[in-house]
Amino acid sequence: MLSNILVIILVLLMLASAITAIQAKELVVSIISAGLVSLLASVLYLMLSAPDVAMTEAAIGSGLSTIIFFYVLNKVRGGENG
Amino acid sequence: MAKNIAVILLLLAMGTLFYNLADNFQAADSLNETATYYAENTADEVGTANIVTAIVVTYRGLDTLGEVTILFLTAAIVAFLLKGNTSGVERETRDSSELLKTAAGVITPLIFLLGAYIFINGHLTPGGGFQGGAVIASGLILLLLAKPESKAATGLFAVVESISGLAYVALGIAGIFLAGGFLDNSILPLGKVGDLMSAGAVPVIYILVGLKVGSELAGLLAKFHSMQGDK
Repeated sequence: MLSNILVIILVLLMLASAITAIQAKELVVSIISAGLVSLLASVLYLMLSAPDVAMTEAAIGSGLSTIIFFYVLNKVRGGENG
Repeated sequence: MAKNIAVILLLLAMGTLFYNLADNFQAADSLNETATYYAENTADEVGTANIVTAIVVTYRGLDTLGEVTILFLTAAIVAFLLKGNTSGVERETRDSSELLKTAAGVITPLIFLLGAYIFINGHLTPGGGFQGGAVIASGLILLLLAKPESKAATGLFAVVESISGLAYVALGIAGIFLAGGFLDNSILPLGKVGDLMSAGAVPVIYILVGLKVGSELAGLLAKFHSMQGDK
């Protein structure tokens, strides 16, 4: 029962950060919230007893891809959405 | 207005779809036939304590080889499109903060150790080559962020990647001649389930996959890093 409540809280947080990622004015905020979705998803995977998937999601989804987005944002900055 | 109505209609349609999915869902109270086979025979046939590893490396080893190939292709395409800093002009970099530099010095060795631990123990504990490699690459990117002016040894990454990729395929082919088929792990003795030196070729394959994935991702990120300065 307790884990069900935790799962619901996690999913609501994921939804909130996903909507933030779409609606935010600053692209930096969007990138951070998109990484947050992956981080919360990895906690969810762990609770659904899939630690292998959770590790991949945490390292690649919220770590490396966020860094790549930042590099690309830094590169294209000065364009329309700067 | 019309756009909002469309969005609401779409949400309603998705809601109906997912409600049916959630409403009709019944958790299985026993494993299906394939899962039962894996659960009962992994310890005898493959000798790994982690059944997921047995499936990824042995039963579905060909799929893993395909995934590694896709990653290699991605890294090759990035290397082809981003030539790196070829202008020869030293880029001006802002000095990173003292906090980041000191923290990177302390944490990076631990991250590398954790990554190596994850792929060496891939047949015993959750995780494996892909996860360990990604952890190692994230440690390297922390180093690059702390010292932006340093150059990553991309040539070394390419060498490590090629050698481990070749060795992976060579181990797979050795399975055809010495054991039951391509990527069969019993070319080395299976040992006792739960020991570090057990499960035949599985630890060797996972170490190779870890090195390959780690150097591939690190090389990819280093390419992006070296692109930052030039216009």
